[in-house]
Amino acid sequence: MNKFLMSGNFIIGEAAIRAGCRFYAGYPITPQNELTEYMAEHMRRAEGGVFLQSESEVAAINMIAGASAAGARVMTSSSSPGISLKQEGISSMAACELPGVIVNIMRGGPGLGNIRPSQGDYFQATRGGGHGDYRTMVFAPATCQELADLTMDAFDYADKYRTPVMILADGMMGQMMEPVIFKKPKPRQYPEKFMLRGAGDGKSKFIRGLLLDPIDSEEHNWKLARKYEVIVENETRHEEHLCDDADLAIVAYGTAARIAKGAIKRLQDSGMKVGLFRPITLWPFPEMKLRALSEKVKRFLVFEMSTGQMLDDVRLALQGYAQIDFHGRPGGAVPTPAELANVVARVYSKKAQTVY
Amino acid sequence: MVKIVSQRPKSLKDKIFHYCPGCGHSIVHRIMCEVIDEMDIRGITIGVPPAGCAVLAYNYFDVDMIEAPHGRGPAMASGIKRALPDRIVFSYQGDGDLAAIGIAESFHAANRGENITVIFINNAVYGMTGGQMAPTTMLNQRTTTSPDGRKQSLDGYPVKVSEIFSQLPGTTYIERCMVNSPAGVNKTKKAIRKAFQCQRDGLGFSLVEILSPCPTNWKMNTIDSCKWIDDVMSNVFPPGVFKDDIKARATEAAV
Amino acid sequence: MITKVIFSGFGGQGVLMMGTSLAHSAMNQGFHVTYLPAYGAEMRGGTANCTVAVADEEIASPVASEPDYLIVMNSPSLFSFQTKVSARGTIFLNSSIISERPSRRDVAVYAVPCGEIAQDLGNTRVANVIMMGAFIKKSGIVKADTYLKSLETIMGSRKKGVAEINRKAFAAGFDFIKD
Ligand SMILES: Cc1ncc(C[n+]2csc(CCOP(=O)(O)OP(=O)(O)O)c2C)c(N)n1
Ligand code: SF4
Repeated sequence: MNKFLMSGNFIIGEAAIRAGCRFYAGYPITPQNELTEYMAEHMRRAEGGVFLQSESEVAAINMIAGASAAGARVMTSSSSPGISLKQEGISSMAACELPGVIVNIMRGGPGLGNIRPSQGDYFQATRGGGHGDYRTMVFAPATCQELADLTMDAFDYADKYRTPVMILADGMMGQMMEPVIFKKPKPRQYPEKFMLRGAGDGKSKFIRGLLLDPIDSEEHNWKLARKYEVIVENETRHEEHLCDDADLAIVAYGTAARIAKGAIKRLQDSGMKVGLFRPITLWPFPEMKLRALSEKVKRFLVFEMSTGQMLDDVRLALQGYAQIDFHGRPGGAVPTPAELANVVARVYSKKAQTVY
Repeated sequence: MVKIVSQRPKSLKDKIFHYCPGCGHSIVHRIMCEVIDEMDIRGITIGVPPAGCAVLAYNYFDVDMIEAPHGRGPAMASGIKRALPDRIVFSYQGDGDLAAIGIAESFHAANRGENITVIFINNAVYGMTGGQMAPTTMLNQRTTTSPDGRKQSLDGYPVKVSEIFSQLPGTTYIERCMVNSPAGVNKTKKAIRKAFQCQRDGLGFSLVEILSPCPTNWKMNTIDSCKWIDDVMSNVFPPGVFKDDIKARATEAAV
Repeated sequence: MITKVIFSGFGGQGVLMMGTSLAHSAMNQGFHVTYLPAYGAEMRGGTANCTVAVADEEIASPVASEPDYLIVMNSPSLFSFQTKVSARGTIFLNSSIISERPSRRDVAVYAVPCGEIAQDLGNTRVANVIMMGAFIKKSGIVKADTYLKSLETIMGSRKKGVAEINRKAFAAGFDFIKD
C-alpha cells in the first residue's frame, strides 16, 4: 500500500474525498486554511465534486446542511471562532437529522485568542455546543494515520446515525506531517428516502426542526435521546497504553495524549509505572471503560491543553472511586513531555489523599 | 530655522509596523493618524480594528480601541456611538471582514445611517489568512482558493462595496481612493478627513474604500503592486466619489 | 532510538524543504517520522524553522525541546536555538553567512561554507542541499541514496538539470565532511 507524507490538514481533505465526500463549504481561518485550500484545489477535480468558499462560517454550515438534505456526502471545516458561528447550524442539523462532518482544528481562545494549538473547545464539542437537547459524535485523533481513518469513519457514522459528526483536532495536528496510508473506503449506505430530491409524481416530503406542539417536540427530543443512547452504548473508542500494571494513569486526548506518551517514556526510565488512557471518542466519552480501569488503577492525572474541561467527564466516570489530579496549559501553550513528566512525578510520589 | 516637513503623527505610536514591506495598511494608518492630529480628535476617537492583518492596529493608533469579532466591527461601532454620541467612532475593515462575513453588519449600519466612519481596505484578497479569494477578488484572479482564477460561474462577481452602499438612503458620504502613489495618498487623506468631519458634524454614515497593495499575497514586488492597482484593480473598482450628501444633510439639519 | 532535528533560517533559504526531504527519506527507509513546521507570526518575512523526528518506534511528541541536531542557515537562528540542543548534540551552521560560533562547549560544531560551495557549483540556490549532504554524512540518519531519491520525488522532475545540480550539491556537502 502507498504511504504518503502529508500534513494533517491535507490528510483530512484527501481522506474525505476518498470517502466519497463531494460537497465541501468553508471559510478561511488559521490554522486550518490548508484544508480549505486543499479542497479548493482537489474537490472540483473530483467527479461531481463541489467546493464552495462561503461568505462566512454561518453560511458554510447551512450550505452543507442543504447539500446533505439533497443527498450529498458533505463536510465543512474551521477553527474555534468559526466553529462558534456554526453552532446554530449544527443544532439545526441535529434536529433535522442531517448527516455531515464538521472539522474543528482548535486554536487558542476565547475570542480571537491566537493560532496556536489548544483544546479549549472540549465543552463546546461534547455538550452539543448549540442550543437544545442534542449531542454530536466527536472524534479526537492523535496521529495523522488516525486523522485519515477517523475522517473516513466519520462519514459512515454520520450516515448511520443521521447526525452531524465532529473531528476535533488542533493546530499541531493540522500542521504536522506523518506517513499515512489511506484505507479503502466502504461504499456509502444512505437510503434515498431520507433525501430531498423533488417529489416527482410521488408524495412530497419536508425536513424540519420546528415542532410547535410540545407533545410532538418532546417526542422528537426523546427520539433523538434514544438514538444518542445507542451511540453511547456501542460507539465509544479509546486506547489504553501501559495501563496493566500502572500505579497512575494519565487521561489525555489528541495532541496532549502524544505529549503524555513522551512523558511516560521518561517516567518509565526512572522506574515509575505510569499508563495512558486516551479517549478517541470524546462524545460518547468512554466512561465505562475508564471506570473499569479504576478497579486496577487508583490514581489518575487528567492532562489537557485547557484549564480543565474533560476533567468533568473523568470525574463523572470515576465517581469518587479514584484520586484525580489535573495539569493544564490553556490558551495555545504546548507543554513539553519533560514538563509533564515533572508534574506526574510529583503526583506519583505524593501520598494518596483527597479523592474528589 | 529648520522646518519639519514630515514627522510621526502624535496619535501614531512609536512602534515598528508588523506589516509586510509595501503594504497599504501602514500608509493608511499613518494618514489616518495625521487626520486625527489635524482635527485634534485623538482624545475623543474610539476605533474598532478588524480580524485581518490590521487586527493589531491598537499597537499603532494611540487612540482607544476595541477588537471586534471578524466582520462585526460596524455593529460594535454602532453600539459605541449610540452609547457615546459625541465621540468619533470608526471601524477599520478588510474586504473579507466587511464584504464577506460582515456584510450584514456593514450593510445595516449603513442603512441605519449610523453616524460612524468605516475605513475599508480593499486588497482583493484575504491577507492575514494567506491570500484566499475575497469578495473583491477579480474575475480570473488566482488565489489559494481560486487556483484556476475566480470564475463567475462558481464564485460570482467582485463585490463593489462603494457602488452598492451608495444606493442606501442611509449613507451620507462614500468615496473610493487608492494609496498606490503620492497623489493617491493625498487624495485618500482628504477623503478620510472629509469622512471624519461628516461624522463630527453629525451628518451620518461615511465610508472610504481604499485600494491597497498586498504585495505578499499578490506575489508581486511593491512597484508592480502599485502598477497593478492602476492597470487592473482600478478598472474594476474605479476611484471616485460615489455619494456626497454632506451639504444636503447639513441643510436638512439646519432646517 | 529517536533523533530530533531542528532546521532554521530565513524564509526563502529552503529550510522547510530541508525538513520535508529528510522526513520523506526517513519514511522511505521505513522509519517512523514526524515533521512540524513553525507556524504563526514568525511566518511573515522573518525566519522559518521546522522540526523533524525520526525513530524506529512510535513518536510521541513532534516537538523537540532538546534536539539532537540543529541546522542553522542564518545567525538569528543560531541564537534562538543553540541553547536548546541536547548535551553532546551537534550543530551544523552555514558559515558563509554566520560569522559567530556557538557559545556552547558541550556540543559538536560543523561549519559548512554552503554559500561558497554553492558559488563554486554555479548555483547559489542549492546551499540547503549542500548542507543536507554534510548533515546526512555526519548523522547517518538515512542513506545517501534514499535521500537523493526522495529529494527527486518531492522536487518533481519538472526541470531537467535540477536533479543533476542537486546531486552535485549533495555530493559536495557530503564530501566536505571528512570522517
Ligand atoms: C469567525 C472567524 N472566521 C475566520 C477568521 C479568520 N480570519 C482572520 S482575518 C480573516 C480575513 C482577512 O482578510 P481581510 O478582511 O480581507 O483583511 P486583510 O487581512 O486582507 O487586511 C479571516 C478569514 C476569524 N478570525 N474569525
Ligand atoms: S499580507 Fe498583505 S495585507 Fe497583510 S500585511 Fe502583508 S501585504 Fe499587508
